[in-house]
Formats: sequence, structure tokens, C-alpha cells
Amino acid sequence: MRVIRIIGRSFRDAFKSIGRNFSLSFASIMCTTITLILVAVAIVCAANIENATKLIEDELSIVVYLNKDVTTEKIDNIKSDIASESNVQEYTFKSKDEWKLEMAEYSQTFDTVLNYIGENPLLDSFIIKVYDLEEMHDTAEYIKSIDGVETVKYGEGMVETVVSTFDVVEKVVIVAVVALILVTAFLISNTIKLTIFSRRNEIEIMRLVGASNASIKLPFLIEGFVIGIIGSIIPVCITIYGYVILFTKMGGQLFTNLIILIEPYNFVFLVALVLVVIGALVGMFGSLKAVRKYLKI
Amino acid sequence: MKFIELKNVNKIYKNGVTALADMSVEIEKGEFVFVIGLTASGKSTFIKMLYREEKPTSGTVTVGGLNVGKIRNGRVYKLRRKIGIVFQDFKLLPKLTVYENVAFALECVGLKEKEIRPKVMNALERVGLKDKVRSFPNELSGGEQQRVCIARAIVNEPKLLICDEPTGNLDPETSKEIMDVIDSINKDLKTTIIMATHDKDIVNRMKKRVLLIDHGVLAGDYAKGRYKAHEGN
Repeated sequence: MRVIRIIGRSFRDAFKSIGRNFSLSFASIMCTTITLILVAVAIVCAANIENATKLIEDELSIVVYLNKDVTTEKIDNIKSDIASESNVQEYTFKSKDEWKLEMAEYSQTFDTVLNYIGENPLLDSFIIKVYDLEEMHDTAEYIKSIDGVETVKYGEGMVETVVSTFDVVEKVVIVAVVALILVTAFLISNTIKLTIFSRRNEIEIMRLVGASNASIKLPFLIEGFVIGIIGSIIPVCITIYGYVILFTKMGGQLFTNLIILIEPYNFVFLVALVLVVIGALVGMFGSLKAVRKYLKI
Repeated sequence: MKFIELKNVNKIYKNGVTALADMSVEIEKGEFVFVIGLTASGKSTFIKMLYREEKPTSGTVTVGGLNVGKIRNGRVYKLRRKIGIVFQDFKLLPKLTVYENVAFALECVGLKEKEIRPKVMNALERVGLKDKVRSFPNELSGGEQQRVCIARAIVNEPKLLICDEPTGNLDPETSKEIMDVIDSINKDLKTTIIMATHDKDIVNRMKKRVLLIDHGVLAGDYAKGRYKAHEGN
């Protein structure tokens, strides 16, 4: 009961104090707002890059063409060789007849030409998806060495460039997000420090009349929490409305259809939730850090 | 019965200044003791040590059975709830009313509103400020503010009341009134009182036990009524 009363009073005091020290509270709120907007932009970028990388990676596969006169027995051997390679995630066999049918469906001209030739000139093949794109080259080399394999295609050069570029961009954005969160924490804690500095007498008196450290910290903790939440309102709105508008205007892709944007719904709410949580936590820890200084009186 | 005991207490500050040197003293429950000495004699350090604002460098300070020097920062509140402290500069919260300032001490402890009210009114009645409950500190005279501070210090019914120059900012007439209030607390509530002061008139008039501190050393311990101001201070 006693604890509940202390918590209740702490909430009352926290709201009172935000009102009484309005200009400083406002400064803290604005500073949270501005940094959270930057955090939101960084998170949206990071998520979209991650998404685009994944989509592109999913598209990438190795196509293995077998020798023209390969026997069914040989195909089984090649199949088991491919299956034994650790980087191979999945493989599908496509016979030359399947290719022919698929091409015929795709274009009437192909159908005519292929029929004209008579014997099917296409090759049996495997389509392979790998776990690790960075090792795609080695996997392709290995498969090339298997007896009965004619050629191996995997978009050499392009794959490596795409993978390494996205890798770098992703890392940069993650570093930016972390740095921004740290900056937010630092700014908020400094602003709250100012608020608390103006109230150090109050803290001193609380200590002198026998308030426990926890009950002194609690109102400040709640104050930081509330400031963080209020500060995240504008960034949340900007994220939700801004991203939806951007998505609609851009038609769901960024400049080319290579980079597909993430569907706004659920995604924006998730980002909004992350922003609110960051705001609240950073506000709380910022003020805790600031008030601790005065508890060592 | 010993209530406060200092045993071979030394206090050396980080800057090398020795504030107290090998001080040993005992104070009984219910006693009224003046602590006198010149500025920078160490009497403030002595007082601060009792409520664990300072820790002894060596030696032990015991208050009500608690080894004060051993209390961790996070546990200091347990000691503070057993003692009341009156300051020269009152230390009232300017944005709270008289009632709220006194109630503040009980709210910190987590008492219920209906337990707080009678205790606060009782304390304010004792210091004679029952009709000023709704006033703010800046609407009160110095003497009245000090009464609020005393009410806040005793509202928790502490066993020990520490007064750090409570009359330092007050005129002689008001000082006398404040001393009457403090004396009545000692007599009626049997609260142990330790009071640091510069005011020779008060010390002479009240005829209580006097501890004279000089350059960090206990230069004299005078039993009730034995001290006369011209003897040194």
C-alpha cells in the first residue's frame, strides 16, 4: 500500500513539475522530437535497404546447364553432388522438355522455331538457391567441376557488387541509427539536468527529511518518461503520414523497380512503436542519470 | 542511557583540513546540549556527522544504536527518518504552503493522507502556526519560517532534534521565542536536542550542557549551568 501511495504521489508530482518548469520541459520535448525525427528517417531507410537487399538476394540463383548427351543416371549423380554442397539451400531440376514447354508458353515464335528444328536443342538444368551469396562464386566453381556439367551462370560480377554495396550501406545506416539514439540520450539527459539543477534544493530537502533514494528518483523517472512520450508524438505522426504519402507518390518503389518499398501498413506502426519506446526509455534513463548526481549529497 | 556516542572520531577533508581530531563524547537520551565554537571550529562537521551528511575518517559515530559511518548512501533515509533537522536557512520549499511543507516529510515516508493531517496540525499547533496553514513561506516572517521548519522536523516524532544555528538569522526577541518552542519540545516530548549556536545570550540563559569545540578538538564539556560565555567563547 505504502509503495502504491508513493508511486501515486510520484505521478502527481511528475505532472506538476512538467507544468511548473514548462519552459525547460518544452526544451526537453523539442529536443526529443527533433532527434527522434532523425531516428525515424534512419530506421525507415535501414528497413527499406534491408528489404531491398533481401528481395534482390532472393532473386539471385545459379543456373547449371548439363551436357547435351547426359544420361538419367548421370543426372542423379550430379543431383547428389549438388545436394552435398553445404551452401546449397535448395535446387530444382528442370529438364529440357520442361524448358521447351515453358518457352512455348512464353512466346509463339519460340514454339515455332523449336518445332522447326525438330530435336530439342535445349539443355537439362538445375536452378540452385544458395544460403550465402558471398560464397556464391565458390559454389559455382565447385558445381562447374562436376562431371557432366556444361556451363554455370550466376550473374558473375554483378552479384558481388550488389551484395557488397548493400552490405556497406546497411552497416552505415545501422551505425547512424545507434549514433542518433546515443545523441538523443545525451541531449535529453543534458536538458533534464538543467531542470533538475533548478530543483536541487528540493532534492536536498527530500533527502534531509528522510525520503528514500527510490522515492526521490521516481517522480523524475516518470517525468523523463512523460517527456519522452510527448516528444515522440510528432515524429510518430511524421512517420505514419509521411511514409504513406511517400509510398503512394512513388508508387511503391524507389526510382527503379529494383528497390521496392516496404508496404506501409504494419511497417509504419512498428516504426512508431519503436520511436515511442526509444523516446520513453531515453527520457527515463536521461533523467535518472541526471538525478543520480544529486543523490550523492 | 547513551543515545549518541562518538568514539575517537577524526574527520579530515579531502583538501587536507582536519575538522575534528580524536573526539569522544556521549549524550544521554532526552538531553539538551549546546555545541558552541568559533566559525570553522568544527562544530558544523560535528553536527553534520550526526545526520550522516559527513562520514568520519576514523572512529565511530553511533546515533540511537546505528553506526552512522557505516550507513550506505542508499540507506541514509532510514537514519533521517529518526531525526529531525532544523536549519539556519530554514530550507522550506517556496512553492508549497506551510501545511504542504510540513506534510512533505510524512509524504516522503509514504503515510496515508488521513494519518498525515492530524500529525501536521499537531506539529503546527505546537509551534503556534495553526492559523497560517495556507500561507506560502514568502508570506511569513523569518521567525515564522523557522517555526515551520521546526514543525517539519518534529512532525515525524523523532527521538533526536538537531538544530544547526536555528536563530542565526533571527532578531533576539524572535530567537527567544524559537528557543522557547525548542525547549518545550525537549521537556514535553523528551526529544534529545543538539543545537549548534553562536548566540552567547541563549547559551547563558538556558543553562544546559555545553560542548565547546575549538580547532576540531573538544575543548570543554560543561555540565548543566556550569558554562559562562566569558570562559572562552
